Amino acid sequence: MANTGWDEFEIGAMLRSFDGKIDDIAGTLQEDRAYSQNNSFVASVADWRIEKPVFNKDFCIDCQFCWIYCPDISIISRDKKMIGVDMDHCKGCGICVEVCPTNPKSLLMFPEHADEEAELAKWPEKDEEKK
Amino acid sequence: MSEMKKIKNLKEFSTSADRFEGANLLCPGCAHSIIVREVLNATNDDLVLSASTGCLEVCTAVYPYTSWDASWIHIGFENGSTAVAGAEAMYNALKKKGRLKQPERNPKFISFAGDGASYDIGFQWISGCFERGHNIMHVVLDNEVYANTGGQRSSSTPIGGSNTTTPAGTHSYGEKQNKKDMMAIMAAHGGPYVAQVSPNKWKDMVKKIQHGFSVDGPVFINAASQCCTEWKFDPKDTMHLADLSTDTLAWPLYEIIDGKELNITYRPKNVIPVEEYLAAQGRFKHLFKDEYKYLIKEWQERVDSNWAYLNRREEARV
Ligand code: SF4
Ligand code: SF4
Repeated sequence: MANTGWDEFEIGAMLRSFDGKIDDIAGTLQEDRAYSQNNSFVASVADWRIEKPVFNKDFCIDCQFCWIYCPDISIISRDKKMIGVDMDHCKGCGICVEVCPTNPKSLLMFPEHADEEAELAKWPEKDEEKK
Repeated sequence: MSEMKKIKNLKEFSTSADRFEGANLLCPGCAHSIIVREVLNATNDDLVLSASTGCLEVCTAVYPYTSWDASWIHIGFENGSTAVAGAEAMYNALKKKGRLKQPERNPKFISFAGDGASYDIGFQWISGCFERGHNIMHVVLDNEVYANTGGQRSSSTPIGGSNTTTPAGTHSYGEKQNKKDMMAIMAAHGGPYVAQVSPNKWKDMVKKIQHGFSVDGPVFINAASQCCTEWKFDPKDTMHLADLSTDTLAWPLYEIIDGKELNITYRPKNVIPVEEYLAAQGRFKHLFKDEYKYLIKEWQERVDSNWAYLNRREEARV
């Protein structure tokens, strides 16, 4: 189906999100799903980004604000812990950084080409002015 | 009836397996997908979904991709609600005839549409669904403009907004008609549940969506969808804008049960002047010119009188 032109469909054609049978989608995490080639999950919007979020787990309190407010399902949380950013689907909007409540923030935006290790090594200190 | 998903706190909520996928083509910072995620994650039941023409539809079904991990249909601008209502009617007919393969599953029928497809173009169709009493939920992603086609005003656009068909300039302050009161109109249909929500108040949202799933009959949900592209603000500020809209009471959060009982579900501790909400958006920039400043005062008066009206209705239980 993935190779069919948009004008070559037969009446009643349907795009499937998954390959094969899947019975309990709401109980199956992304890593355990057999995504089809027609699911946008297999695509990437990484080239939309000008800036990217970098996650510093040392300050994270797992509040999950970033998870709920990320529009692009790009905050990966497992077992109630924030474990990283999905860089194929993150569009670099910066919402996660804005809503992160820690001091210093556990997520910060950097230019797309910035080196993650280097940025983590010089992470800002706690801002004493802020409560 | 399947059991309602238990969502005590945000940590628990974050264990949800999303059924809406990334690499859709919505703008960075778009509130549509935040709302869709909060709605879909409120249940573990199967989903039968539709999207009427609009940003959400064109950005999540670009061939060869779909961003939906559920049955999903799009037909036209006006009839997403009717498509879902048709599916619901068919489901009930098959159930009655005992022809469902898994009758114990309890699918949720949800129609998503923008304000253009709800307040204007699809209005008659939604009204019909409510009158016939289908067991569906219609969710409006209300960004107060036709964003998908370039920012034309809709009947949801508020006074003073500059839009491509009502531009502000030397001869005009932009949109002149006030936003249509869809909540009152839908409540007047007498459906069991009508509620206004905003994505920043996720708990209020989930509570209302789950209540909507629990009642028998058509449910109308009006969700504020902050649009960085047309409201003209920085994409990172989407949640800031949402906070401003609920805390200035420009977008009050309330519900109406059985078309009568109105409950206010969020009362800001500190109510912020509406001027701050307007100042945060480029579409209202011109209101801060001397000749148009009187409109800010009128805005505040409108917000105050609407809040007083909601409070009176809550008290009177009518
Ligand atoms: S930058 Fe935006 S898209 Fe990327 S993870 Fe943060 S909130 Fe999600
Ligand atoms: S918002 Fe910040 S503190 Fe909260 S889970 Fe995300 S990264 Fe951690």
